[in-house]
Amino acid sequence: MSQLDTLKSELLAAISSAETEAALEDIRVSALGKKGCISEQMKTLGKMSPEERKTMGPALNALKTDIADAIAARKTVLEEAALEARLQSETVDVTLPLRASPADTGRIHPVSQVVDELTAIFADMGFAVAEGPDIETDELNFTALNFPEGHPAREMHDTFFFNEKEDGERLLLRTHTSPVQIRTMRTQEPPIRVIIPGRTYRCDSDQTHTPVFHQVEGLVIDKGSHFGHLKWVLEEFCKSFFEVDDIKMRFRPSFFPFTEPSMEVDIQCDRSGDEVKIGEGSDWLEILGCGMVHPNVIRNCGLDPDEYQGFAWGMGIDRIAMLKYGMPDLRDFFDADIRWVQHYGFRPLDLPTLFGGLSN
Amino acid sequence: MKFTLSWLKDHLETEASLDEIVEKLTMIGLEVEEVTNRAGRLKPFTIAKVVDAEQHPNADRLKVLKVDNGSGELLQIVCGAPNARKGLVGVLGRPGDYVPGLDFTLAVGKIRDVESFGMMCSERELELSEEHDGIIDLPEDAPVGVSYAQWAGLDDPIIEIGLTPNRPDCTGVYGIARDLAAAGIGKLKERPLKQVRGTFPCPTNVNLEFGDTPALCKAFGLRLVKGVKNGPSPKWMQDRLVAIGLRPINTLVDITNYMTFDQGRPLHVFDADKVHGDLVVRRGKDGETIDGLNGKSYTVDDSVCVIADDNAVESLGGILGGEISGCTEETTNVLIESALWDENGIAATGRKLGVNTDARYRFERGVDPDYMLPGLEAATQMVLDLCGGEPSDVVQAGEVPETNRIIDFPYAEVKRLSGIDTVVPEMNLTLKSLGFWISGTGDVVKVAPPSWRPDIEGKADLVEEIVRILGLDRVPSTPLPRSDTVTTRVLTTGQIRRSKARRSLASRGMNEAVTWSFISHDQAVTFDGGADALVLANPISSDMSDMRPSLLPGLLTAGQRNADRGFPDAALFEVGQIFTGDQPDDQKMVAAGIRRGTASHAGSGRHWSGTSDAVDVFDAKADAEAALSAIGAPVEKLQVYRDAPDYFHPGRSGTLKLGPKNTLAVFGEIHPRILKDLDLDGPVVAFEVYLDALPQPKNKATRSKGKLQASDLMPVRRDFAFVVDDGVEAEKLLKAARGADKTLISDVTLFDIYKGKGVDENQKSLAIDVLLQPVKKTLTDEDIEAVSKKIVASVEKATGGTLRG
Repeated sequence: MSQLDTLKSELLAAISSAETEAALEDIRVSALGKKGCISEQMKTLGKMSPEERKTMGPALNALKTDIADAIAARKTVLEEAALEARLQSETVDVTLPLRASPADTGRIHPVSQVVDELTAIFADMGFAVAEGPDIETDELNFTALNFPEGHPAREMHDTFFFNEKEDGERLLLRTHTSPVQIRTMRTQEPPIRVIIPGRTYRCDSDQTHTPVFHQVEGLVIDKGSHFGHLKWVLEEFCKSFFEVDDIKMRFRPSFFPFTEPSMEVDIQCDRSGDEVKIGEGSDWLEILGCGMVHPNVIRNCGLDPDEYQGFAWGMGIDRIAMLKYGMPDLRDFFDADIRWVQHYGFRPLDLPTLFGGLSN
Repeated sequence: MKFTLSWLKDHLETEASLDEIVEKLTMIGLEVEEVTNRAGRLKPFTIAKVVDAEQHPNADRLKVLKVDNGSGELLQIVCGAPNARKGLVGVLGRPGDYVPGLDFTLAVGKIRDVESFGMMCSERELELSEEHDGIIDLPEDAPVGVSYAQWAGLDDPIIEIGLTPNRPDCTGVYGIARDLAAAGIGKLKERPLKQVRGTFPCPTNVNLEFGDTPALCKAFGLRLVKGVKNGPSPKWMQDRLVAIGLRPINTLVDITNYMTFDQGRPLHVFDADKVHGDLVVRRGKDGETIDGLNGKSYTVDDSVCVIADDNAVESLGGILGGEISGCTEETTNVLIESALWDENGIAATGRKLGVNTDARYRFERGVDPDYMLPGLEAATQMVLDLCGGEPSDVVQAGEVPETNRIIDFPYAEVKRLSGIDTVVPEMNLTLKSLGFWISGTGDVVKVAPPSWRPDIEGKADLVEEIVRILGLDRVPSTPLPRSDTVTTRVLTTGQIRRSKARRSLASRGMNEAVTWSFISHDQAVTFDGGADALVLANPISSDMSDMRPSLLPGLLTAGQRNADRGFPDAALFEVGQIFTGDQPDDQKMVAAGIRRGTASHAGSGRHWSGTSDAVDVFDAKADAEAALSAIGAPVEKLQVYRDAPDYFHPGRSGTLKLGPKNTLAVFGEIHPRILKDLDLDGPVVAFEVYLDALPQPKNKATRSKGKLQASDLMPVRRDFAFVVDDGVEAEKLLKAARGADKTLISDVTLFDIYKGKGVDENQKSLAIDVLLQPVKKTLTDEDIEAVSKKIVASVEKATGGTLRG
């Protein structure tokens, strides 16, 4: 028996000192391989007496199992160590900064975002979005909107004109989005509910005026909408757009040739700090003009003003964007300064919705 | 329109406070823009007399004054004003007083070693005028020790309202008072309408001579007052004129200005001794000139209405009087004119000659015709009161036009249009207090607007009058009825395409720009525009003269601006309109973009993970395809052509077409010559996607996407490399490979382009990876061999190339 004990202790020592899987495999072959020392011994069992076999058989089998187990155990240890070493060698500096992803760096211009916000709000109130051309006729920009020829109200518009044509017609750049009111009423049967966003033009340039700016117009024509409805629409719009629970508004009589009665609308604000805060404080800020569509305008569109009535309003998109998001200077809207677009712009996937909030 | 509170109270009996008046003005449509009270900040300044003035011991230009401010103690003040002298009565500021014109607070000072206990002020220092030639020099009897502001009538708040063009009746203080009275702020004081009896016939006659042309003057009243004594107008009148920003001239002229603002009735006064013969009101003759009272000279033509005498043109009728016949302090005989001018004629002349006056402002809006003669009488009375003299009879030419008109007014109209709740007596009271006549009873009455309200045309105007006076806040906010159905799509295809193009380009790392719709003529021509019809007649500058034919010029210059600020790697896009003509259909919607420097899709500039190369044509192509894909274009069906516009590099540009004629997009490197012409740093790549060019999508019968066809059989990949001539386009080879067996070949990818060793000089090797997707059974070696042969044959036939061995 002592011979087997010696063999066992020698093998176990060899196994535990094996440093590589290859060395361990060599030991396995030398012990348990076809010609291994334990296998050789097993072959002698046949020649033994039954009594001898009775003791040697279990002893050899036990030895074989022990050595196999020891090899397996050692193998696991060595594999673990190898994996550990590999992991060590594969370590990288995960603090390395990434390139920004394109969807993170691209920006939507505030004017586009605000138009999407307006669309979300007014679509909920049943409005569609109408549009018209920037180059307009005098008829649609002025005459049909009840601006009499030579009236001082025309002069207030600082109109860009094109050269007169041979037939005497002189086209112009629309000074407001209101010509689209006429285009809509002339092509669409009431009831009409549209908003009309778009570019408008006046030859004027300073901190609060640019020769190109954006307006949004609203128009409702049916058989019963009156000034009380207009008030509600604008109140709801202002709360929704400025994302405040309540906002005080002041309607003041005013004059526009294409509405009668006409009003200007002020909203409550706080001018005490650096930025204007909407919905707080005790100052007033004018944000839009509105009124009941003038009977002459309704008539000019082929409708009977005793049967149809409605209201319209108009406001500057750039201006309400500035009020909501705090841009100080209108001219920057048109400068395409990347720093400005990055700062005031919106992420491409942040599409404004009412169910998810207009801005987040 | 400016006036003072005391002036308003001449016409309005009221206990209302300034704040109440201001609030009410705004709420009835006479928006108050500013209220200023000069007395507030000038309160501490007192009238003081210079008792003694001596030369400063250490300064030639300074004097040392002893000033009596009524306190019994003489103050020592160092003063540099040239008119500082013994006996002068002026205005004193003491240490601690804030001087608005200098924006500092006075303190005890030492000037060249002499102590000074205050300052004698100039008008500019007190912000009363621009006068700064010397200190204020008051009449000798001005009361020493009294508050200057109070004595000078400055303690009278100035109210400025922004008048809308429909309210000529409120270009006079009287009209404003009438509106306030109607709105419950006090009681209107009736203006006296007294006739002044003439004692002799007016020696000067007036004729309106317009022949068969439209009359630019409707009526003209004239009267002589002889033996007047002109001179400075009384202080109360001067104070009011100064308060509203006018310069007092002399009594006769000041009376006309006063009537202009008090009654909204502009008048003119001629020095009768400088008028030769009768006055003729007629169209100007080409080349006639007039030197206006404003010191400027004007040349008239037959569109301009003038008043002429035997000598010359004496006045631009209703706009500006002439220098020659103007009234001076020496005037002793004065002709007073009160006339009615054609509104459009006044507006046209004013625009044409570029002259803005208080008279033009009123006449082009519409002056009360019925007040033409009463206004003349009131002015005459004022002349008699202030200058004496003897009045002639009035001569009148033309007829004051009839303004009577009757509006059928259903009371229900008020509720229908405004939603306000009111009753008939309240409506009647409102209209009557504004001067309207009402006759009849029942649901519909007849209403006549007063002569001073040319803006009232129909029943909607009457609704406005009632609602604005009753108050818009009385109208209850009423929810707009909501639709019975869930909101359906509200945007048009075009609007949706713009939104999708915009967000897809932004998600590619580009920044959205909004640039001007107009560009310079040169740029327009360069970008295939510049047509006469799209050139503005009155551009704001030569850089903004032509409607843009392309978004690229605006983006390119914007990109360069960013580079000039130190940000050369800009990726910008714009989604907006271009103009191919002046008709509505000529306006097209385009999504265009530029990439400069290294601003590629993966990012720009240097980075540890790999530094970006300069942008190239494929960056632009990828952007164009992304935008097209986003708007629903069948990108896989598009064909690439080499016919991009001339502003692109001819060898590095292309177009994407749907069919041979419909160009959906162009892309490429900007032509080096354009870069040079526009002074731009390269490289710059650009694209334009024509959003309207893609046909409208067909209405789908179903939203179903159909059944997914996914085979259970393993796909097989095979690589091929072909040697072809340099000029062979890759697309040709890929198309040939794809077409070799349309059922088996599901994808072909070009994965290598090789030139160099092993390939002839003018040739290149293109390597493709072909994906074979079996449909019915697993492919055998023979199947694969067969399809490979077909691919090789197809490619070799199409390209003239050979399989690389």
